[in-house]
Amino acid sequence: MLQVSLTKRRGAFTLSAAFAAPTPGVIALFGRSGSGKTTLIEMLAGLLPPDEGAVQLAGTTLTDTRRGIAVAPERRRIGYVFQDARLFPHMTVAGNLHYGEKRAAAAPHYIRFGEMVELLGIGALLGRRPHQLSGGERQRVALGRALLSQPQLLLLDEPLASLDVARREEVLPYLERLRDWLSIPMVYVSHQFDEVLRLATYLVLLETGRVLAAGPVGELSLRAELRSVLAPDLVGSVVDGLVTALDAAAGTVELAVGSGKLRVSLRDAPVGTRVRVQLLARDIILATQPIQGLSVRNALLGTVVDVTPDDPASVLVRVDLGGPAVLARISTAALEALRLRPGDAVWALVKAVSTRGHAFRLFGAPAPRA
Amino acid sequence: MSPLLSSAEADALRLSLEVATRSVVFSLPLAVLAAWVLTRARFPGRTLFDAFVHLPLVLPPVAVGYVLLLLLGTRGPLGGWLHAHFGIQLPFTTAGAALATAVMTFPLMVRAIRLSLENVDRGLEAAARTLGAAPLDRFVTITLPLMLPGILAGAVTAFAAGLGEFGAVITFAANIPGVTRTLPLALYTAMQSPDGDALALRLAILSFALGLGGLLAAELLVRRVRRLLGR
Repeated sequence: MLQVSLTKRRGAFTLSAAFAAPTPGVIALFGRSGSGKTTLIEMLAGLLPPDEGAVQLAGTTLTDTRRGIAVAPERRRIGYVFQDARLFPHMTVAGNLHYGEKRAAAAPHYIRFGEMVELLGIGALLGRRPHQLSGGERQRVALGRALLSQPQLLLLDEPLASLDVARREEVLPYLERLRDWLSIPMVYVSHQFDEVLRLATYLVLLETGRVLAAGPVGELSLRAELRSVLAPDLVGSVVDGLVTALDAAAGTVELAVGSGKLRVSLRDAPVGTRVRVQLLARDIILATQPIQGLSVRNALLGTVVDVTPDDPASVLVRVDLGGPAVLARISTAALEALRLRPGDAVWALVKAVSTRGHAFRLFGAPAPRA
Repeated sequence: MSPLLSSAEADALRLSLEVATRSVVFSLPLAVLAAWVLTRARFPGRTLFDAFVHLPLVLPPVAVGYVLLLLLGTRGPLGGWLHAHFGIQLPFTTAGAALATAVMTFPLMVRAIRLSLENVDRGLEAAARTLGAAPLDRFVTITLPLMLPGILAGAVTAFAAGLGEFGAVITFAANIPGVTRTLPLALYTAMQSPDGDALALRLAILSFALGLGGLLAAELLVRRVRRLLGR
């Protein structure tokens, strides 16, 4: 458990944030630029003293202004991956990686040098200087350096923000591997929802220095607070499910979701893998009866929970699927025609291909080593 | 003796090199400390301290030598104590010449080091902190190596300037052949003697070559270190 309750005034801006998130797992701090994300994790690292508040990690108090506790950053055993990597320019990659490892001599070593180098694919870079690396390589080395300091918590401050799309793909898969292989709690700061979607287990939504909402990603994906900061086309429920069958030829897998089955577009996810899929509200079709003669591969029977206004021409219908839920954006005209009310039985139709690029493996069997 | 230089010339050259080397070795740690205090520390009287460090740049060197003589002369408050307790005598010695040179070149050194310290990315120090490095550890492993170009530049500039320090040396340490008669003092002495024109010219050329060589070496060294630091 990571318990945070912190206040910091900086000029006209006041950050006042509190949340308690389960660990291990990836806690995403999500919000627009200027919402206080970096200020918050600088306080978690101890680099910035809070005006007031407390931080507890797994029962250990790191900060408590009332009791006068402020553990120095160098004693916190909290790894920090900075947006700009901050590799030491006068050392080689190997020197950078060993820097924190040497200073963690007293800590139990659960992350070994060779393993980390292999996991991050940086073996060929060890003799190089930071200025000879690409942006993606730099971030991978920074990640390895932080992890080799044997941290009990890893902070990542928009580690992909300074990279272009191609370079991001050089780093994201490694982050996924680390999440799945190491049971180190992570706090991941981002303003990119797709990164949060791929990595996070718990989401803390920040807006102008306050926590707007916090909770497991699936739960938060149904909440209005998250919708208020997302582009309308990104609104949709996030559903996690286990792979029960796969069709390699079609490039799809079948997930057990609630009481039904959902076929999604995803390769390389063996049976038993946990998969996360984002079902965009704009892609969901609702039907009051089972329908035949349609190309749609998925028809899930559920119950209407509520209907919320979306924009003047459309509404969002929340449908419970026996545990998980989906959001469907339908026009106000369609709502009137179907006369949908809470409690009505309804079929949610999802095209398998619409999930292409929106389905990710989670916590499954380890990814194959590079 | 070297076929190129007379024994007096060789003595002057050797003394100049020795005095400049000793002054750099003596003042370098203090200059790093002063640069650190001026860049990082916030305390009342900082501006006064800053001015004090830079004072030798604007004072007549003879005045600096005279103040040193008052302070460190065997009857001066500090010099008397040193002499009584440790038998150390600074005026009219090579060590004294080195001290006078160190005081004169100190601001040059501090300026170069301070500039490099101001350019050290504090973010890198913060990163070292999260990796478990305590303050002194951070200074030695991160800050100091990143300051290296400035420290080298400061040391070499001070060395080159120290080779030619005249006023403070002659006032504090006098003009004793083989003890404190460095290149500029030998040059001055040659100019004062009726038949010293040829010697004066040779010494002037020697000083010129030494200064130019020193500055070129400094530039090359700094470039090389910068490359090593990846800049």
